[in-house]
Amino acid sequence: MARLIQDLEEDYLKPEIPEFAVGDTVRVHVTVREGERERVQMFEGTVIRRRAGGINENFTVRRISGGVGVERTFLLHSPIVADIETVRRGRVRRAKLYYLRDRVGRAVRVKERRA
Amino acid sequence: MAVGLIGRKLGMTQIFDDRGRALGVSVIQAGPCRVTQVRGADRDGYTAVQLGFDPGQPRRLTRAERGHLGSLPPYRALREFRTADTSGLAVGDELTVANVEFGARVDVVGVSKGKGFAGVVKRHGFRGGPRTHGQSDRLRAPGSVGAGNSPSRVFKGTRMAGRMGAARTTARNLTVAKIDAARGLLLVLGAVPGPRNALVEIRPARAGTRSADR
Repeated sequence: MARLIQDLEEDYLKPEIPEFAVGDTVRVHVTVREGERERVQMFEGTVIRRRAGGINENFTVRRISGGVGVERTFLLHSPIVADIETVRRGRVRRAKLYYLRDRVGRAVRVKERRA
Repeated sequence: MAVGLIGRKLGMTQIFDDRGRALGVSVIQAGPCRVTQVRGADRDGYTAVQLGFDPGQPRRLTRAERGHLGSLPPYRALREFRTADTSGLAVGDELTVANVEFGARVDVVGVSKGKGFAGVVKRHGFRGGPRTHGQSDRLRAPGSVGAGNSPSRVFKGTRMAGRMGAARTTARNLTVAKIDAARGLLLVLGAVPGPRNALVEIRPARAGTRSADR
């Protein structure tokens, strides 16, 4: 019976998800609707969390904007999220980077991962 | 939509609408149902149709049930739906989710989850007592149940702790968010009474009822 729900959810999953991980700096292409017009807005920052699975999988991007920390959480499979570009890979030792919230200035930086 | 449908609540999930918003929906496997009896004003005193859902094994039914169904499949669930007009509906007619329109308002009737012996805070939404200022054992207490010497008794119907849930419950005026005819699924916005795999009745919402969802 639960099988039917999973099948139904699959209709809404994106066929391909760009590879990215916690600690990476990403640029999220967000579809914004202004009246009748649709345009794409960018939100760039560090991925501090990626959680849940299936249709509910989501991730949170944190950036410092105008001296204020801004976090946005996106549903990975939402049609609003048009694309996710990885700008920079990060090397981190935690699954959730909540400690970045307590840091300011130079301490916010995440070490880069080299291939 | 048609007169109604019988279904099985499968659970809840979320889907995205055409604007990209995530909607919380209940998934119901609705139908296929067949008309098993038509009730008329002259014979029964009211008009309704009886629908059958979920065919089982014939040996699981009583002889009376088998006789009632005749050549129809051995339905495990039979439910009546009141309707003013039964013309166009005959015994054996099939009803499926294809008879429901997208965006229609429906009522979903089911048996809610049993909560057991529940206190007054959960059962009736009482506030309980204060946590501080020298209180003990008052946090979820019901408070006074009435005056003293006069009337010298507790009024009937006074809300107290007791059995909660496992009662016939109607979720009114829910919006049909999606119809999946290929899988026979009906998705409605919001929650629906009962546990997973519970039997539910779906019928058109009565006009003028207020909706819980947007």
